[in-house]
Amino acid sequence: MELSPLDELRAKVEGGKRLERPDGRWLLTEAPLLELGALAQDARFRRIPGRRVTFVIDSNPNYTNVCITDCQFCAFYRKPGDPEAWTLTVEQVLEKIEFAAGKGATTVLLQGGHNPALPLDYYLDIVRESRRRFPQVTPHFFTASEIQTMAQVSGLSMPEVLKRLREAGQDTLPGGGAEVLSERVRRRIEPKKGGPRAWLDVHREAHRQGFKSTATMMYGHVEQPDDIVDHWEAIRELQDEHRGFTAFVPWSFKPGNTLLEKWIRAYKGPSTYLRMLAASRLYLDNFDHIQASWFSEGKRAGQVALSWGADDFGGTLFEENVHAAADYVNKTTVDEIITLIRDAGYTPVQRTTEYEILREY
Amino acid sequence: MSVVTTSRARFRDRNLEPLWDKVRAGERLSREDGLAMFASDDLHGLGRMADHVKRARHGDHVFFVLNRYVNPTNVCVLSCAFCDFARKPGEAGAFENSIEDVLEMIKPGTREAHIVGGHHPDWPFEYFERMIAAIHAARPETQIKAFTAAEVDYWWRRWKIEPREALTRLKEAGLHSMPGGGAEIFSKRLAKQLKYAGKADADRWLEIHGIAHGLGIHTNATMLYGHVETLEERVDHLLRLREQQDRSGGFLTFIPLAYQVGTTRLVPRQTPPTDDLRTIAISRLLLDNFPHVEAYWVMIGEETASLALHFGASDVNGTLEDEKIAHMAQAESPAGLAREQILRMIRDAGKVPVERDALYNVVKVWS
Repeated sequence: MELSPLDELRAKVEGGKRLERPDGRWLLTEAPLLELGALAQDARFRRIPGRRVTFVIDSNPNYTNVCITDCQFCAFYRKPGDPEAWTLTVEQVLEKIEFAAGKGATTVLLQGGHNPALPLDYYLDIVRESRRRFPQVTPHFFTASEIQTMAQVSGLSMPEVLKRLREAGQDTLPGGGAEVLSERVRRRIEPKKGGPRAWLDVHREAHRQGFKSTATMMYGHVEQPDDIVDHWEAIRELQDEHRGFTAFVPWSFKPGNTLLEKWIRAYKGPSTYLRMLAASRLYLDNFDHIQASWFSEGKRAGQVALSWGADDFGGTLFEENVHAAADYVNKTTVDEIITLIRDAGYTPVQRTTEYEILREY
Repeated sequence: MSVVTTSRARFRDRNLEPLWDKVRAGERLSREDGLAMFASDDLHGLGRMADHVKRARHGDHVFFVLNRYVNPTNVCVLSCAFCDFARKPGEAGAFENSIEDVLEMIKPGTREAHIVGGHHPDWPFEYFERMIAAIHAARPETQIKAFTAAEVDYWWRRWKIEPREALTRLKEAGLHSMPGGGAEIFSKRLAKQLKYAGKADADRWLEIHGIAHGLGIHTNATMLYGHVETLEERVDHLLRLREQQDRSGGFLTFIPLAYQVGTTRLVPRQTPPTDDLRTIAISRLLLDNFPHVEAYWVMIGEETASLALHFGASDVNGTLEDEKIAHMAQAESPAGLAREQILRMIRDAGKVPVERDALYNVVKVWS
């Protein structure tokens, strides 16, 4: 008897076989959404048994909006000298961390533009002082391209910069700035950020040094299914090397106020999002956690996503400025996160940056 | 795709498998089946069965209409515990629109005008009759979908106008169809508890729809869910609608209405999207004689409405300029959507938008 494509894929997934490029394309373009959701949810329960869904209490402040990289998808940055450009002092950044800590945050995800005027010590001071004053907060600071910027301004190598950040007290890196890890896409939307290697090299070196990090993806602009598969391939391969990624976090592009806005033909809504999550759960067979983003996709779509392969509900995001610059604002509280997870039929569990369990509700 | 959806049954909840056999054989589901579906946590499985039924009827098509909501008045003698819309005569926020006001609201080119209001104690039936005639004269291109069975029943209570007479006269004046509101949830227990016992009860509501169907007036049906009703009450409600449809056959669309918490706060928060999706799916499966089940985006939000198109919904209502009832209960969705937004809501789900009129005649297939 001839197997349908779905049965073939199911046999592969349940037999523990790794999915390949044609499977990835099929998942993104043809797989029926409900069957895909059921398969992804089974895969999620095999990896993370039980009905627990984790979340983190966190905040996403920024230290500068000055940036010389001119990415077309970004509404947040200003060029050096722009009247709306701003950069916080080390003390001002610490006030933001204090604010987050005061609200119970255990993670602060700090990131900013690529500001060539900031010396390496600025970053190291923020890490050291944050660790000293707020030991309960994990400094989840600086994306790959910021690390590259630090190397350029300091004249040190990228591995050396990571080593110094680690000595200052940093153990994890956020996964932002990956967008879609495909040569074609990155050349189109962020030509000055470098190809996929610019992002992958930093994470590879970080994992080698013992950092943990997340992998992200921002889709819904100029990418094709093959570009998504490139992205999955790249991070799955890297995960095989050091098991340094804690989670995969996809979100859809918010075109408001960006240069890319006028090029967007097809809006990517909740069905695309569920497909992306479920397909990622199946393709990324060496990732423990797939994060559903109530923040970027809406709270109700986020709740449904918990049945499409996700096992994590992201963070409380007490402060967020990057999406807000694209006129996209969404807010919550710890109580609301707990309620949303529970109403979706799961048990809310508070976690750390590195996915250790803190408290079950 | 059909190869895939009919490939060998795999349900996390094995209890759905005998139901799937029935669904594929076109057999009617029972009350017990309805309860088993509400007891199931297999959301994907419910969706797959409902999608199978929806596809068999409509393929990839999803319908919408360019419409306008008109509320002539929110003055109402009733005090339904779930309603944020009604005001007592003279109360702050009460409004009463003249026929000229109503005409003003319906812009040229509006395909469907949806007209419902409170039970106004001083407005005679003739006022509504004149309103319909005036709209029909001024906007002959607009189809008029007006007055719930609850309003029709109130004209009997207040003015002793028999429903058959009222509907005959309204049809003469230009009425095309009737909306499905006022059904709430068919339950004597809840009618008492939530203070809607002064309104047409299940028998009366169904009787009036039967009369309308007999006069050639198509109607819709609704169910208010997500408050304090039981799952049994939901199933029984759906089955009463199915029985009526067997008898009179004039229902076009079933529209589950998610209770909006607003200021009435019967429950602390709105029912979650997973409940909306399963309710839509189970409705599609139980109401085997209804042409359409609708995902009403105003109540459940655009995202959930879009996802519901995988769960058996074949209609998203329409652009709904100036909807008030849900929005006075603080519904979070915007008060009206442009056609572009409706199209993208349907297209993101991979479906084909079909613009329709009030009676589901196809205006345009948006490929």
